[in-house]
Amino acid sequence: MEHLMAYIIGILFGSAVYMMLRRSIVKLVIGLMILSNAANLLIFTVAGMTRGAPPLIAEGALMPEGAVADPLPQALVLTAIVIAFGVLAFAVVLIHRAYEVVGNDDLDQMKDTDT
Amino acid sequence: MLFAVLSGFIVAALAPWLMGFLKDRIGWGLALLPAGLTLYFASFIPAVSGGEVVLQHWAWMPILDVHLSFMLDGLSLMFALLISFIGTFILIYAGAYLKGHEYLGRFYVIMLSFMASMLGLVLSNNLISLFVFWELTSVTSYLLIGFNHRDLDARKCALQGLFVTVAGGLALMAGLVMLGLVSGSFQISEVLVADGLLESPLITGIIICVLLGTFTKSAQFPFHFWLPNAMAAPTPVSAYLHSATMVKAGIYLMARLNPALGEHMLWTVLLCSAGGITMLLGVYLAYSATGVKKVLAYSTVMALGTLTMLIGIGTDYAMIAFASFLLGHSLYKGALFMIAGALDHETGTKDLTRMGGLRKAMPITATAALIAGLSLAGLPPLFGFIGKELMLEAVLSAEWQSSLLLVAAVLTASLGIAVAAAVAIKPFWGKVGDTPKKPHEAPVGMWLGPVVLAATSLLFGILPFLPEGWVVAAAVTSVKGQSVDFYLSLWHGINLPLILSGASLVAGAVLYALWGRTRAPLTMVNDVFSRVGPEVGYFRFMSAMTGFAAWQTRVLQNGVMGIYMIVLIMTTVVLAGYTLLSQYGLHLTLTGIGEVHFYEWAIALLMVMAAVYVIFTRSRLGAVATIGALGFSVALIFILFSAPDLGITQVLIETLTVILLVLVLFRLPGFSHYSSRFEIWRDGTVAVLFGGLMTLLMLGALDTRYFETISGFFVEASYPEAQGRNIVNVILVDFRALDTLGEIFVLAIAAMGVYSMLRLRAEVKDDRG
Repeated sequence: MEHLMAYIIGILFGSAVYMMLRRSIVKLVIGLMILSNAANLLIFTVAGMTRGAPPLIAEGALMPEGAVADPLPQALVLTAIVIAFGVLAFAVVLIHRAYEVVGNDDLDQMKDTDT
Repeated sequence: MLFAVLSGFIVAALAPWLMGFLKDRIGWGLALLPAGLTLYFASFIPAVSGGEVVLQHWAWMPILDVHLSFMLDGLSLMFALLISFIGTFILIYAGAYLKGHEYLGRFYVIMLSFMASMLGLVLSNNLISLFVFWELTSVTSYLLIGFNHRDLDARKCALQGLFVTVAGGLALMAGLVMLGLVSGSFQISEVLVADGLLESPLITGIIICVLLGTFTKSAQFPFHFWLPNAMAAPTPVSAYLHSATMVKAGIYLMARLNPALGEHMLWTVLLCSAGGITMLLGVYLAYSATGVKKVLAYSTVMALGTLTMLIGIGTDYAMIAFASFLLGHSLYKGALFMIAGALDHETGTKDLTRMGGLRKAMPITATAALIAGLSLAGLPPLFGFIGKELMLEAVLSAEWQSSLLLVAAVLTASLGIAVAAAVAIKPFWGKVGDTPKKPHEAPVGMWLGPVVLAATSLLFGILPFLPEGWVVAAAVTSVKGQSVDFYLSLWHGINLPLILSGASLVAGAVLYALWGRTRAPLTMVNDVFSRVGPEVGYFRFMSAMTGFAAWQTRVLQNGVMGIYMIVLIMTTVVLAGYTLLSQYGLHLTLTGIGEVHFYEWAIALLMVMAAVYVIFTRSRLGAVATIGALGFSVALIFILFSAPDLGITQVLIETLTVILLVLVLFRLPGFSHYSSRFEIWRDGTVAVLFGGLMTLLMLGALDTRYFETISGFFVEASYPEAQGRNIVNVILVDFRALDTLGEIFVLAIAAMGVYSMLRLRAEVKDDRG
């Protein structure tokens, strides 16, 4: 499954970059979202994917029985998902504000620091 | 000695505060420091003239062989005495010259820092700490030249001086580092006695780099142009930095390293030729100038050239001449600069052609000027005479191009006499000039320095065994690297130097008589040469550099975000891709593809479709829905592959995201088609390359494993140590709790950002309403 995911994640990255290079400001945000999904999946995948063995410890046991999925990348990705949402919320409000000020949604028109 | 050097910096820090107490007497008060230092250094005279070398050592960065270690031998002692002795009178003088200036406190801070740096420079026994002090003098001198910072010209000249000396400083640093490496020690006392230095393959590089540093600092041709421009500084600064001290730093370093490098032919040739040209050019320019400070500045260039040439000649006579000439020059040039400042102060003009007959109005200044001028001209019984006679003697003893140097030296002597007369006689004798201010005698603070320095010149000339026994003999020993038997005297009998002196005196008198009539033609000649001189090169270089910077900014910082991203992404793709392909190769593996369940295939297909559809759709709602589908597919992947917490979070966040997008994005305009066909292909290529790179990187990461995962620790320690059964949660809130705290901060900041942007809009609307 990991190898299949490698190809899919490559496609997601490509799609994200293409969207972020568009001049329309809304597409930039959409590209950003795909990018963060792709990055999360990347971290999740390269650590190895395990079916049906979540990193939980049963009641009364000191350790999980048998092998479980790697908890460390999961913890990292969990943080990343939340941060990505914070960034996205900020970006969405920012571009909305920028659009209001510049009066245009073309990124190429947003070249000056003075408006 | 550490305290002697540091005291300048300490008092500098206190100077503005002392201003409040001493008010107009600040100059006198602060002058106590250099006066005390003069006495302190003078207390070493018996030991040093007896041949002793005083070494003191404080480890600074021992691991790098960088120390605050000081060496006091004849050469250092002579410089240290000059710096503190002349410094005493300069500080008094500045108090009177800049009386009531609003930034007098700041002036003293920089001036004292400069003095301390200069002392550190001449006392350092470590190449690196010497370089640090060297740069400190450049920086403080920049601040002093640009002291009148509201004046555009002063700022430009200060910058020019800084650029030229600091560029040389860079070369010097390279030279000093090479020198330290080749000789195996950064301690100067050890470098001077290091074996095999001259046989090293790096020796040419060392000499060229060191000389680039010293030539720029000491205004040798072709870097001489910054020194006259530095006269934009207030006169006390010119008198101190640009006559007696800073410009002599390069001279000091050459003299200091002469025992180590002096035997090399390149050293001799470069020093003699640059010194000779500078000497002649300097005196010619001094003769042709009319501003009193410019005349003195060019005559300083002349003196610096002479000193460089003397080090280059390197014979016993040359070393004696070097030490005597240096001492003589510092005394009379310091005095003359202060007199120039007094003239400017009292008459309101710097133009020599407008001055005359000031002897009656300013008798004390006139007397000091006459004595200092005679010393500059090299006439008996002044100390300058001894220096000049020895200089001619030294040139006669030169082993390289003796006759050429002799011609230059005699020409210089003749023109020098005319220059001395122009500065010291022209303003005070003859017809009373027409000056903007009615002249009267300068205040005591302003004539004290010139009088003392001129009197010292006279005293040393009449009693030459005094300076000889005190410092000159010891200084000659330091520069030569061994002791030299000699005695200084005014009368050596009738010999070739004396005859040449006599001839140059006659020539000088003629040249002075022609002074008034030669102004116009010389100005014309100089105008022609100023169009091809090295200074033009400097301005060309500077404008080319700013032009290049502007062009580079236009190209790189063009304000188009797409271009920035393409540059960043393609740089990553090329560097990472090259490394990956060259180190690892291309491996498109498909391991385990057969074990993928059909529903996993379905999710994978869904994600690919979403990724592709979002590119081609022209509907905003379609795009947002597609993004939602992608996010929920990711959540499914998390859930299927043993990450329930991630799945839950992803579902929550994805829901919020879609709501947010629907709320905000639909206030924005719909998708427009901005890109040209070329841009679409270009961006598409970049995207495909980047996606491909990420796939290859992931495949590479999956197929190689250099070490075991560290997760075992968290799995084992989760319950026994942290009492938690959900290992992911335990990591987040316990083992890596600080990361989570950081995450909370990020969210809080993002929330504040969002809130403030919304508030801002509300306020703008209120304003409009």
